[in-house]
Amino acid sequence: MITIENLRKSYGRLQVLKDINVSFEAGKVVSVIGPNGSGKTTMSKCILGMALPDGGDIRINGESILGQHAYRSQIGYMPQIGKYPENMKIRQVIEMIRDIRKDVKEVDEELVGLYGLQAMYEKRMGSLSGGTKQKVSAALAFMFNPQILILDEPTAGLDPISAEILKCKILKEKKRGKLILITSHIMSEIEEIADEVMCLVDGNVKFHDTIQDIKAQANEDRLSRAIAKVMNEED
Amino acid sequence: MNKIIKYVFYDIIRNKIVLAYTLFLLLLSIGLFNLGGSPDKAILSLLNLVLLTVPLISIVFATTHFYNSYEFMELLVAQPINRKKIFMSEFLGVACSLSGAFILGVGLPVLLFGVSITGLYLVFTGVFITFIFVAMAFLASVITRDKAKGIGIALLLWFYFALIYDGIVLFILYTFADYPLESATLALTALNPIDLGRIIVLLNLDVSALMGYTGALYKSILGSLWGIGLAFALLFLWVIVPFISSSRIFSKRDL
Repeated sequence: MITIENLRKSYGRLQVLKDINVSFEAGKVVSVIGPNGSGKTTMSKCILGMALPDGGDIRINGESILGQHAYRSQIGYMPQIGKYPENMKIRQVIEMIRDIRKDVKEVDEELVGLYGLQAMYEKRMGSLSGGTKQKVSAALAFMFNPQILILDEPTAGLDPISAEILKCKILKEKKRGKLILITSHIMSEIEEIADEVMCLVDGNVKFHDTIQDIKAQANEDRLSRAIAKVMNEED
Repeated sequence: MNKIIKYVFYDIIRNKIVLAYTLFLLLLSIGLFNLGGSPDKAILSLLNLVLLTVPLISIVFATTHFYNSYEFMELLVAQPINRKKIFMSEFLGVACSLSGAFILGVGLPVLLFGVSITGLYLVFTGVFITFIFVAMAFLASVITRDKAKGIGIALLLWFYFALIYDGIVLFILYTFADYPLESATLALTALNPIDLGRIIVLLNLDVSALMGYTGALYKSILGSLWGIGLAFALLFLWVIVPFISSSRIFSKRDL
């Protein structure tokens, strides 16, 4: 569904992504892991067209997305830290995005309901806590029934119950044949929801395998140990 | 695109600065028209004040607005919308609301107290100047990510066009006073939109008789309909060039 070829990106002198080659299939939950600053967010931003690659190509369903914008109707994005216009209310932000995406007939408001966002509709974005902003981001990402979901550390600021709601939602969308990319540091969570793990280190793909394969390879039954082992072995 | 402009408008209208700006211009114009003397005199004083304040307020307001809308734009770039469209909507939203304030604040009193072709030129010039300085503000804002730096560049641009440039022109005229400089001054004028605007309005007032040979040359070139057309075309160019270059930079950079 997404094919990334020879993707390179640098910010000034700092090379964040060095020649990334991967492909992701529909109906899978792929977890992107790696140390801080290894290029996880940059890769998602490249897919979204927010950061423009220096070289290489990204294709979604066979078509290059560089310089395009219409393909983003297929993507739901939940940023690591949601930034919203401070003086807009939750209602206004949601209504605005819905207004812009009027072409989408089937609107999924499940998360708005489960997170009880209606009760907070009149609050200004600037006055919300980090977790509540995350809930708004999550609700917006899933709202237009996209084929691809890119979630950047989705549960980092959420309370356990809200995180659980989000995980259920992710699994539900996966069953509907969607591709879900998650960057996360929480191994137990990855083990719970992901099918594949892709590991980035210093802008290179260290490995990209299914969870079973990683465990078998390392001969461990806990993912966190297995990953630690795989990473140490290759050093 | 209209939808995005709508939200930019909302945001600006909620901001009281544009309202205050309108009231300020309105008070200024009504005051000057009622101060006695002919409407021509009032238009002349108004011209001088407008050419000083409108660029300043346009460029500072547009720059701060651009930086404050960063989150808004980041929200939109993840949506299936062309970046150029987002940028264009921001530009039109800001420029149109400031122009609207100008038309209300200056155009309306001119219409009421001193309706004339000169008054019309004054309003046109003011609208153009607004668009030009909003475009420059956007250029300053896309060059750097740092808000303080951006506002600094914007103020510097205003300082250059409103004050320093005239000094440079005077210096050149004084140094090369022995040479025929008529066409050179004309060219120099075209390089500063504020001067260009001033001359468009001045030439339609009687005071242009006091401007000597150069004034006579200006009058012979810019006094005709063709010349006025050319002057406005130049002003238009002053909008387009900074706008296109800033839009290019914006669509090619990481957010």
